[in-house]
Amino acid sequence: MDFAFTEEQEMLRASARQLMAERYPIERVAKIADEAGFDRTEWDAVAELGWTGISVPEDRGGAGLSFLEEMVVAEELGRALYPGPYLSSVVMATHLLRIGHDANELRDVVAGDRIATVAWAGEDGRFDTNPAPKVGWDGEYLSAVRLFVPDIGIADLIVVVGDVDGGLGVWTVDREADRTRWRELSTVDTTRRMGEVVFQGTPSHLVAYSDAYSPRPHGLLRHLEALRDRALAALAVEAVGVASRALELTLEHARTRQQFGRPIGSFQAVSHSLAQAFLEVETARSLAYWAAWAVAEGEPEAGPAAAAAKARAAEAAVDTCERAIQAHGGIGFTWEHPLHRFYKRALGIAAFMGWGGELRARVAADLLDEHP
Amino acid sequence: MDFRDSPEEAQFRARLRDWLAANLPHNWGTEEWREPEGDARVAFYKDWSRKLYEGGFIGLTWPKRYGGHEASIILQAIVLEELGRAEAPEHIGLIGIGMAGPTILAHGTDEQKDRFLRNILTGQEVWCQGFSEPDAGSDLASLQTRAVGAGDEYIVTGQKVWSSFAHIADWCILVARTDGSGDKHAGLTYFLMDMHTPGVEVRPLRQITGEAEFNEIFMDGVHIPADMVVGREGDGWSVAITTLMNERANVGFALLARLDVAFRRLVALAKSTSRNGSRAADDPLVRDKLADLWADLQAFRFTIYRAFSALLKTGVPGPEGSVGKLFWSETNQRLTKTALEIEGAFALLGAGSERAVENGRWQQLQLRSRGNTIEAGTSEILRNIIAERVLGLPKSSR
Repeated sequence: MDFAFTEEQEMLRASARQLMAERYPIERVAKIADEAGFDRTEWDAVAELGWTGISVPEDRGGAGLSFLEEMVVAEELGRALYPGPYLSSVVMATHLLRIGHDANELRDVVAGDRIATVAWAGEDGRFDTNPAPKVGWDGEYLSAVRLFVPDIGIADLIVVVGDVDGGLGVWTVDREADRTRWRELSTVDTTRRMGEVVFQGTPSHLVAYSDAYSPRPHGLLRHLEALRDRALAALAVEAVGVASRALELTLEHARTRQQFGRPIGSFQAVSHSLAQAFLEVETARSLAYWAAWAVAEGEPEAGPAAAAAKARAAEAAVDTCERAIQAHGGIGFTWEHPLHRFYKRALGIAAFMGWGGELRARVAADLLDEHP
Repeated sequence: MDFRDSPEEAQFRARLRDWLAANLPHNWGTEEWREPEGDARVAFYKDWSRKLYEGGFIGLTWPKRYGGHEASIILQAIVLEELGRAEAPEHIGLIGIGMAGPTILAHGTDEQKDRFLRNILTGQEVWCQGFSEPDAGSDLASLQTRAVGAGDEYIVTGQKVWSSFAHIADWCILVARTDGSGDKHAGLTYFLMDMHTPGVEVRPLRQITGEAEFNEIFMDGVHIPADMVVGREGDGWSVAITTLMNERANVGFALLARLDVAFRRLVALAKSTSRNGSRAADDPLVRDKLADLWADLQAFRFTIYRAFSALLKTGVPGPEGSVGKLFWSETNQRLTKTALEIEGAFALLGAGSERAVENGRWQQLQLRSRGNTIEAGTSEILRNIIAERVLGLPKSSR
């Protein structure tokens, strides 16, 4: 039994933290967030480190590390509010592209030459697996509306998930393909932008198809559920990163800000609130790491673990940021101060792929209902 | 990172499970089980404790010289986990094993170690704790029990409270004031007090549940030999800190095992309680709470594991450990309250009523849980500790 990261994993964490500190100080993130200025050349730096295909096997061009390493990086990017397509292209899209036999698409994305995203939720905004949101498909052309497509503004390739007449399919579409309309939606969290894509008979490439939602171990449904669990685990560790950094900023403020002739952190009304935030963050961290491990190992509890971890970590991040804003007083309520960026990312994580209640409903089904 | 047992750990766990299957008392945990009373009860638990010791499951990390095994702390964690899972009877020496023993190991003389440690593990001698007083709870250093040096002994007079096992204890770890002149922390001394000495009187303290789990200890001119001081005269505060650190560090796995069992029973309650023609477990509000409690349970489990891994790796407990007891206590309060909500109006009925659910088990547990945020460091004190020692915030004014 060992629940610590290895030395190599800690070194990976240190290098991710350093890269983010050098290239994405919070002032720069704020500028990008206000101007939509994601710099494509920065993605090359991520690719050079091998993180654009971090858990893709080496024989398919990736770095051949495990999902745990992928999550170590995700947490550090969360801490920095990194405004690039790691969740969409690395965590989500490469997982789907690995099913297919088109080596070129996967290779280009893993190499960082192209950025991919996943178009999953339909007009109701739900990321369902069984059945998946509807699409129309006639063997050649795809018709569908997809919402909350992350990083659509910088993606080259769209991986579409959908249900066609009771079958499950995955397609790839070039973002600039004919009869495709896309636009960015005005998101509250502008460090992770989301978009809308309308496919109106778009020429598309079928990656995989299954004519039934078979629960077979290696079936397409299992692959889609694994995608969901990976994304939820990634959102959970990212939320832990966001919350930790927001708490650190606040601790620094509470140690130095003087009122009534004392640092405000010496008042228990303040210090106990921050101690509570620490408790929430650390217990959420435990769940997030467990979920990451369970997903990496393909453990049977990966599903409920990822759902519970995302629910709890998002709530911990939102709550910590709220405590942080309160402890900062007036300055924490200004646009100038970076706290609102953390808060909006936390809210964004909470809203994306299911709020806590929806995720707990899935945990409850696993816990309380008979399974055939 | 790997949560699975190593082959050696798996083998040890399997041996313990087999041992428990063969050795648990007849009818234990069934409806037919009748808890012995009075002296027979003490004899029963002493007998069980000795069996556990002879089975090789007690004192795993302690030196062999004193009856221990010098084994990895992981094996000790496995014992706590498995005893909890089996809902086995507890060793009678909880205070001895968790608090008195580690303190004597750290600060005691060789004579004290030889005299006391093995009897703690075998269950032959039972220990209790004499720290809290009516006017010294969270502010422990302000305690007033006096110990006056007289030649090669001390004469102790005062009152202690919240002392579990005191009514059956042979020995007591006692902190008393030997010097009232200076700083309140400086004048304290740590004693090992024979509970059978004349002048020691124990009165049970009836608590919120109606049971008497704790006691008051009254000391009127009790003679304690000077060789029963742990550390030196005046070192009592730092020796007591060792005891309290061990109290919090050791309980994690035991609390986890108990929470695991309680959650399993809660799920069973929700499934077996009918409501509006279906199960309480089908009510969306109940389902949300159960899923949330499951997340709490797993969060607690892996927080304990993380703290444990940090301890194994670095030799010092990580910051995760400081949140464990605080988080557990509030989780246990929510869990037991949820059971009452599932019971509906039957939550009105306690033990003794034929109509009570599970003979009032959850009513008793829920009331008992209110003590969880008070005992072994109140939640307020624990938040101070986290704020000041972990988060580096300035000391609050006290």
